[in-house]
Amino acid sequence: MSTIPLDHELDETPWVLPDRGISAMILLIIAESAIFIIFVVGYIFYLGKSLSGPKPADVLELPIFSSICLLSSSLTAHFAVSTLRKAKTAACAAWLALTVALGTIFITSTGIEWHHLIYEKGLTIQTNLFGTTFYSLVGLHASHVIVGLCLLLVALIAALRGKLNEHHAERLEVLSLYWHFVDGVWVIVFAVVYVLGR
Amino acid sequence: MAVTEAVDLTAQPKGKHLWLEHVYDWVTSVDHKKIGIMYIVYSLFFLVIAGVMALVIRLQLMVPNNHVVSPQTFNRLFTMHGTTMVFFVGMPILFGFGNYLVPLMIGARDMAFPRLNAFSFWLSAFGGILLYFSYLGGEGLFGAGSAPDVGWFAYAPLTEKVFSPGHSTDYWTLSLLLTGIGTVATSINLMVTMISMRCKGMTMTRMPLLPWLYFVTSFLALIAIGPLTAAQVMLMLDRYVGSHFFDTQAGGSAILWVHFFWIFGHPEVYILVMPAFAFANEIIPVFSRKAIFGYPAMVAASVSIAFISAGVWAHHMFTIGLGPGANTFFTLSTMIIAVPTGIKIFNWLATLWGGKIRFKSPMLFCLAFLFQFLVAGLTGIMLSAAPFDWQLGNSYFVIAHFHYVLVGAILFCIFGAFYYWYPKAIGRMMNERLGKWHFWLMVIGFHLTFDFMHVPGILGMPRRIYTYEAGRGWEYWNMIVGIGAVFQAVATLVFVYNLVWSYKHGEIAGRDPWDAWTLEWTTSSPPPDYNFALAPSVGSRRPLWDLKHPEDPDSNYE
Repeated sequence: MSTIPLDHELDETPWVLPDRGISAMILLIIAESAIFIIFVVGYIFYLGKSLSGPKPADVLELPIFSSICLLSSSLTAHFAVSTLRKAKTAACAAWLALTVALGTIFITSTGIEWHHLIYEKGLTIQTNLFGTTFYSLVGLHASHVIVGLCLLLVALIAALRGKLNEHHAERLEVLSLYWHFVDGVWVIVFAVVYVLGR
Repeated sequence: MAVTEAVDLTAQPKGKHLWLEHVYDWVTSVDHKKIGIMYIVYSLFFLVIAGVMALVIRLQLMVPNNHVVSPQTFNRLFTMHGTTMVFFVGMPILFGFGNYLVPLMIGARDMAFPRLNAFSFWLSAFGGILLYFSYLGGEGLFGAGSAPDVGWFAYAPLTEKVFSPGHSTDYWTLSLLLTGIGTVATSINLMVTMISMRCKGMTMTRMPLLPWLYFVTSFLALIAIGPLTAAQVMLMLDRYVGSHFFDTQAGGSAILWVHFFWIFGHPEVYILVMPAFAFANEIIPVFSRKAIFGYPAMVAASVSIAFISAGVWAHHMFTIGLGPGANTFFTLSTMIIAVPTGIKIFNWLATLWGGKIRFKSPMLFCLAFLFQFLVAGLTGIMLSAAPFDWQLGNSYFVIAHFHYVLVGAILFCIFGAFYYWYPKAIGRMMNERLGKWHFWLMVIGFHLTFDFMHVPGILGMPRRIYTYEAGRGWEYWNMIVGIGAVFQAVATLVFVYNLVWSYKHGEIAGRDPWDAWTLEWTTSSPPPDYNFALAPSVGSRRPLWDLKHPEDPDSNYE
């Protein structure tokens, strides 16, 4: 019934392996990237192949302000983690609140853009191939933003209730990795949809 | 050491349990060993279902102008057979073994995320149930039920609403989407376990080859399941909200689906075969009484197979007509795969060379695997040449080729793994005499079926036909193929009987029945819930060899 004892006379160097949460998030990002790559490829493949209008150049406007908001929210998320690591919980809560606010601005302006496209320009997912690929790619990204916002909101509520301390820095870093990924994807979506595709 | 024994000697509380308490215990379990066994039992269940489907298909094709089943049923049969075997037998059984073995072999107490592990199992399980619910729900409760009938790769535009009315294709899409999420979660879990949970002293270069290959497989699953998920989402958007991804009427491309599917589909083949390699990597050295030959080369070959396999998908599409540039590229990239797989075959042969080979059931299956995998690889090289593929694409030659890999290599290794690790999981040996019967019946059945299946393919018999006319020269071959299928069915029955019989009557195995070298054999059989009372630490790739031979440890040579 007993176990064969297995201890070797090893040198006493401490045995340190990478953090589980961060490793898992990096792997999840790899898996998610594969999904995004397929949607981006689909978008590029169908560029200019729509049988009817409207075309991207007719209806799309560069979402400069909201893009700046989203990209700077990456920075604020980073500050939230680094302040939490130094046990400055109040500062962390402030940075988290700013991140949520910037993300909300982004998702709201996406909503306004879609409303404009659907009700004024008459572009829906059924209209043509541009509508099909545009709404699915941008929508896939927007759904990731919404998930990230929900998670950030949970962290913010925890911080406001004083439940967040420096021991949670690693966990918040996992979340911030995800948020950086969502922002990184936006750079590609922006380049493909609004620059290359127009 | 005293602590170790004290902990292990503490008797597990064993009161009388109600049947429902046992069920509760399993359903709520987050123990990687229980989840692993649940994965395996669940996929054995589907193996029997999909196996019976294969038997009906063979029965239908045994003689010309046969009418055992209707053409509609036949289409559903081959669709469900393929989908089930790939997604609900192959993947879960391999992840089941991975779940059970990887933490034990790297000296960890559980997976990195036990609850996520249970979650992904139940996702996969409900995915399988959802697929089979299509028999009831495919056309709603009023009409006769219908299962998906679009083939396992569901080429567009066959799957569009116009050509696939009702809900059968939706069940196919949703169940694959669901299991895909489970698979990605398990892959992440397995990889993180190997990255962050290895016991003291186990560097990546000391990790046994089974965990290594699971690492590579999981990575492949990460990058391959994404495209499948994306394609399924697109298909669902097409079917539900009327988008035009694969709608050729609106300028959509049917070929895009084929690309997306095979970007998943080809790595998938390697996701399935890598764990089979992993089993062979553990079994062949132990039964040759030698350390594996060329450990670094084996790891390098596995990693390079993974990389190359991400760039060969279009060899499934030669008959579509890709143009000379793409044909040349994909022919060459496909042929290059023969190099790392060749390295593996030679390393296994070199491990056997000069060894004291013990011909027990696990080893027999692995030896048959070596030969059959080689033949499967050779027909693979034949098919990788685009002109040859134009002639034989979508014929029974292709079916014979990939079943040679799936059955001859993967299933044989899985059977070997059952005989090898059953004593560890259950505590009793499987019956050796029944094992030999199983092996020989399986070998005879396999070769009758799949050797002779190549011939009607060369004679021009296309895949997925419902029936055929007499006088084309296919009759005798199909008859032989059908007879072989019966042999395989009997062999599988012997195997299942052996599993059940040995559970009660098998010889008590003890801790280390095969005199093996990896960490799982240091635990009692079956291992306690916590695996290791004290976290082990290792100094070489074969920790138990070091322990049994302190005068000549492996660590001197690595």
